Amino acid sequence: MSHEHVSNTKRIWFVFGLLSAVTTVEVFLGIIKPEFLHMNYFLGMNLLNWIFYSLTIYKAYYIVWAFMHMEGEKSTLRSAVVAPVIFLVLYLLFILLTEGHYIFGVFKNSTIKWNF
Amino acid sequence: MGATVTTANNETKTWGGGNEPMGASYGKMMMWFFIVSDALTFSGFLAAYGFSRFKFIETWPLAEEVFTHFPFMHGVSAPMYYVALMTFILIFSSVTMVLAVDAGHQMKKDKVAIYMFLTIIGGMIFVGSQAWEWKNFIKGEYGAIETKGGSLLQFVDKDGKRVALADFAATLPEEREQLTRNKGRWFMDEPTLPSYSVAEVQAGFKSHPDLLIRTEVITAEKKKTVLSRAESELRLTQASLVVEGANLTHNEYGSKLFADFFFFITGFHGFHVFSGIIINIIIFFNVLMGTYEKRKSYEMVEKVGLYWHFVDLVWVFVFTVFYLV
Repeated sequence: MSHEHVSNTKRIWFVFGLLSAVTTVEVFLGIIKPEFLHMNYFLGMNLLNWIFYSLTIYKAYYIVWAFMHMEGEKSTLRSAVVAPVIFLVLYLLFILLTEGHYIFGVFKNSTIKWNF
Repeated sequence: MGATVTTANNETKTWGGGNEPMGASYGKMMMWFFIVSDALTFSGFLAAYGFSRFKFIETWPLAEEVFTHFPFMHGVSAPMYYVALMTFILIFSSVTMVLAVDAGHQMKKDKVAIYMFLTIIGGMIFVGSQAWEWKNFIKGEYGAIETKGGSLLQFVDKDGKRVALADFAATLPEEREQLTRNKGRWFMDEPTLPSYSVAEVQAGFKSHPDLLIRTEVITAEKKKTVLSRAESELRLTQASLVVEGANLTHNEYGSKLFADFFFFITGFHGFHVFSGIIINIIIFFNVLMGTYEKRKSYEMVEKVGLYWHFVDLVWVFVFTVFYLV
């Protein structure tokens, strides 16, 4: 609970180490771009990008839960904050990315190269 | 200071007043909901970036070719290292912030002040780094040609290595003077002229037979297409503009929208860091003056801490979307 005034410096440094390690892995993969990850696809996205997005969400989880101390809040606040964001972001991404992909197809298969 | 810090004391009388919904003080809860709305704003920007990228999926610039600079390492291609450093700086300033909050829970004024100070310094280093990143992005490195159709042509040698305009462009005896306000008849001026004219680039290309043109189109190997010499010469006849560096209408990296989104999203994030620093400075002075000692609660530090961590959180996503994917 956030009202218990105990020091959790140990956990803070642990999370810092974790976030740094994950970032290092991301940068490392981003520089070498292993062929077998970069060229193989799963559900329309290459494996390397799957790893990047998973690690990003993993980092986001630790920032929100440990640094922003979401783990100490009541579950009502947790779900009131997290659920709308997750739902709306997924919805927005679904709509915009589908539409972007569609417009790509329109330009590719028509005489207009691009106009804006 | 009862208005800013309330303490829930009575769980049984729900409507009896002095109660806190969701077990958080009003200030903290509203900070959380502000963060929700701000998160949705950033998601909107990043989703719009995704939209444009999907629209031009075959011609989008490759990030590892754009962000290759590192301080004091001139001419060395160091993709990602600099932005990784910026990420570490921001994560570390998040750590000092959370340590300040932690010290605040134990009512250790001096420790809070020191950690707040370190957080502010970290934030300033981050914003400064971002300014440097922008400077490199705006200045550009190689230069490119834009065709009449709006696509971008870059120059490479036989091994596919990029060649800067300065390395091959001819010097023709033509003089095109920049129109400035004091020379114009009315309030007339024009954007800064590029270092070379289209004719100079075309002449230089002709006299360097080993040069080739690289288009924006991404091949199956996820590299940019390099044209043959004959195709290159044909494409260069359609040249209309020399592009050096980046602004909101043209950039030498590829799709125009790429630079627009880069400026807008990293700029908006940078503005958040900037305002976070300002708020942190205000709270830092409040800590020094003992405002929170008198209030017997360092919750204000916790609230700005939430904002600061949110800025870090956004950067984690911007980093992935702009530099990794």
